[in-house]
Amino acid sequence: MWSPRPTLTEHLAQRILARERAAVAIALNAADDARPGARRKALQMLAQIESQTAQGGAHRIGLTGAPGAGKSTLLGALLRRLQERGETLGVIAVDPSSPHSGGALLGDRLRARTALGNFGGAVFFRSLAARDRLGGLAESARAAVLVLGAVFDTVLVETVGVGQNEGEVADLVDTLIYVAQPGAGDLLQTLKAGVLELPDLVVVNKADLGPAATQHQSELQAGLALTEPRGGWPTPTLLVSAQNGSGIPELLQAADRHRAWLQEPASPGAPPRLTARRQTGRDRYVQSALLHRYGHYGLEAIGGATQVAAHLAQSPNAPGFQLLQQLSARIESALTT
Amino acid sequence: MPDQKAPAPGARERPWVFRTYSGHSSAEASNALYRRNLAKGQTGLSIAFDLPTQTGYDADHPLARGEVGKVGVPIGHIEDMEKLFEGLPVERMNTSMTINATAAWLLALYVALAERRGADIRQLQGTTQNDIVKEYLSRGTYVFPPGPSLRLTGDMIAYAVEALPKWNPINICSYHLQEAGATPVQEIAYAFATAIAVLDAAKARGDIPGAAIPRIFGRISFFLNAGIRFVEEICKVRAMAETWERLGRTRYGVQNEKQLRFRYGVQVNSLGLTEPQPENNVIRIALEALGVTFSKRARCRALQLPAWNEALGLPRPWDQQWSLRIQQILAYETDLLEYEDLFDGSRVVESRVAALIEESDTELQRVLEMGGAVAAVENGYMKQRLVQSQSQRLRGIESGAQTVVGVNAFCETEPSPLTAAGAAGGANAAVQRVEQSAERAQIERLAAFRARRNESEVREALRGLRDALSGGGNVMQPSIRCAHAGVTTGEWAQALRAVFGEYRAPTGVSAAAQAQRAGAKGEALRAAGQLRERVRALGAQLGRPPKVLIGKPGLDGHSNGAEQIAVRARDAGMEVVYEGIRLTPGEIAQSARDEGVHLVGLSILSGSHALLAMDVMQKLRESGAPLPVVVGGIIPDEDADALRSAGVARVYTPRDFDLTRIVAEMADVVAEAHAD
Repeated sequence: MWSPRPTLTEHLAQRILARERAAVAIALNAADDARPGARRKALQMLAQIESQTAQGGAHRIGLTGAPGAGKSTLLGALLRRLQERGETLGVIAVDPSSPHSGGALLGDRLRARTALGNFGGAVFFRSLAARDRLGGLAESARAAVLVLGAVFDTVLVETVGVGQNEGEVADLVDTLIYVAQPGAGDLLQTLKAGVLELPDLVVVNKADLGPAATQHQSELQAGLALTEPRGGWPTPTLLVSAQNGSGIPELLQAADRHRAWLQEPASPGAPPRLTARRQTGRDRYVQSALLHRYGHYGLEAIGGATQVAAHLAQSPNAPGFQLLQQLSARIESALTT
Repeated sequence: MPDQKAPAPGARERPWVFRTYSGHSSAEASNALYRRNLAKGQTGLSIAFDLPTQTGYDADHPLARGEVGKVGVPIGHIEDMEKLFEGLPVERMNTSMTINATAAWLLALYVALAERRGADIRQLQGTTQNDIVKEYLSRGTYVFPPGPSLRLTGDMIAYAVEALPKWNPINICSYHLQEAGATPVQEIAYAFATAIAVLDAAKARGDIPGAAIPRIFGRISFFLNAGIRFVEEICKVRAMAETWERLGRTRYGVQNEKQLRFRYGVQVNSLGLTEPQPENNVIRIALEALGVTFSKRARCRALQLPAWNEALGLPRPWDQQWSLRIQQILAYETDLLEYEDLFDGSRVVESRVAALIEESDTELQRVLEMGGAVAAVENGYMKQRLVQSQSQRLRGIESGAQTVVGVNAFCETEPSPLTAAGAAGGANAAVQRVEQSAERAQIERLAAFRARRNESEVREALRGLRDALSGGGNVMQPSIRCAHAGVTTGEWAQALRAVFGEYRAPTGVSAAAQAQRAGAKGEALRAAGQLRERVRALGAQLGRPPKVLIGKPGLDGHSNGAEQIAVRARDAGMEVVYEGIRLTPGEIAQSARDEGVHLVGLSILSGSHALLAMDVMQKLRESGAPLPVVVGGIIPDEDADALRSAGVARVYTPRDFDLTRIVAEMADVVAEAHAD
């Protein structure tokens, strides 16, 4: 079968770093293999890729928002525009799994394809099921972002926003876009959930609905004025229509501006803002992955969350997947002895 | 019309029009078939077009591969139309065309043909199906979004009401709703919701005078289904006749009795035809025919019957003849046509009719309140309701609550001489074959035609069409001009695609999910529970849950089966990438590889299974991911054997109605292929 032999994973990392498209699917399958031996090999592969691309690679853009806000259609419109700019694109779309059966219907590919016409070879699209992360991101999403980020010019991550998992998406991407739709009447809910504190760009979709969209935009703008800008970036609100394509170029310009802003240092002589952002993302991922796998009981076995945080702080430049592997090994040996 | 060779009518009522839905391979072959059918006593034509013609692609388009001449006749330009009607008097016959998204184009070709022959086009009689709403809900050969589609319908109505006064520009179909699972109440309600959408849109147009509305109302005809519960079907058609008359009087101010008449044609149910013991289907078809002819007051105007072996593959001329004979025996041998209405005054029938009217009025009102048929397509409401009904029906058959003779009851059978090997060429001779060479020949004719035509005339005519499209003018006149100039079906449709865009209707996947869960009981529930355990264990073995891709290559848009499988696989714990319809084999292979699935499931109902499945497997091998493939469709045994020996892991046909078993076998296939 075409899943890689364990001995091939190192070779696989090199193929990914050489931006070989044909290796991408194989690497993602390897990264999603939960069998212990395969998982060890996959973490090595991911650590190797991460060490080369931690601060570079693709611009990682996240799309989140309530169900029905038109994220998939917007994704299709963005893909079309980015393709016209000559970029290669990697897409990850996350859908919830059924808590009853564990299965999932992954329909974003169909919706985005409809909006885009058809995917050409320039678009790589992988659908992920959230599995046991109820309403959340798939655990393999981070690995997928990393692999796609090493191969393609831009990576887009689409996931349903239910108010709890925006933080996880924000930790995964460089630029988070929150998609709102007019007439949802959910502004208070949105504010309560703290959703507006995380996105770097807020778009009101379905601008073709006219005044309702404009009104929703100004409400969101007012809401944003009440929240602290994240790291000093003033979150803009934009009107778009995924349906007729209006506002899409402006949205991409805003994403580019945010990317440029991240590449500047926060203060003279400091590293670029992107460095700190990706490092925070790395730390939170490692912490939550350990917690998910071993629980509080497991974490306590190696001195608890504080010790984990300290370990992470000591290795600012180490790949997250390497740290995850090291700390997992420590917990496992602490639990077995 | 050729002689009907009917017995002298005497005091008898004139029978309905006898039709057979047919067409295949090429215009020439179909013409020969039509002449033979007419000679055997058929009294009207019902033209089946192939999928490229129905969805606006030329025979040489990549998406047309494998589909040319399969489910109907390919019509690419005016010369094909001329060949199709060679020797047939278009101005003296009644022609029904099953054509929807591209209806305006096929009508334009028909008018152009009549003009070339010097016929008086005002005498043209017939029907263009042209009901786009049911395409979104069930049949799947839509192309454009609902708004532009309704505009095309309106253009045809506005043109026909003046230029072709005897033509039915639209034939509203509840037929396909029943095939998609509709109950009688849903069939009635959604058919009239569609009629109201069409009539209201016509009223709102600037170019149709208010005085023409009753005439338009009088030209709207219907296309109904008739199932095996034939007493209820009698009541259904009576309920529809009453409701239609009431709508005409109250909503559209129609007073003329003739215009108020509920006129409808019928194709009886194919959904209930079985693959096991297929000979039983002849009896089913006869009883279903009775349902729409029994009551004089609500008798159909035209009837076409499927063939007994439809679930096995494409019927042969002899199979279609057998169905024609059913009609002739009913009309000419029995005394059915000698009596007034047999049900007037029946308390039983009256009370069932009243109940159907009341329930369907409520459902119709619900649809109108959400903004009418188009809104109820776009928000997925009607589709969901249909999928729920369909799932209930399937559950009923799976559990045995609904008896289907030869399928879930009385399955013991003697070998059938009709399908036995050795009989008339063997089991696989019991269906019609379309020569693979038909596609190549059609492409060659198309190329020769393009080389012959006057390119500047074509360009000029297409410019006129585009002007009308963007300027909001009626497309009919420019389309007729295109037909004369030698524009092809693909070119005409491309001009419209460029302006209108393309549409994908909401899937029924979420409704199928709800309905399947709600309906599971007893034994079925236990089987599903066991399957979930099996899938979970398989996931542990694979290192992640089994992931499958379900898609439909080619042009066939019947997505119900694929959706039901997708949902059942999800409920078994699989991760299912649902890819939808109209995909090329290359696209499916790329998706399968990029998505990292363990198995590819293809659903193909157009008869192009062999070519398309082989192409998908070829592309998978080329992309370095030789994944196992399972195929479902209307697949004759011989083809199923060929597919299996070419490497298809499992083949499913309509006799495999147990979805849980199909999904369990998909798990087996994944386990076999990925054991390492």
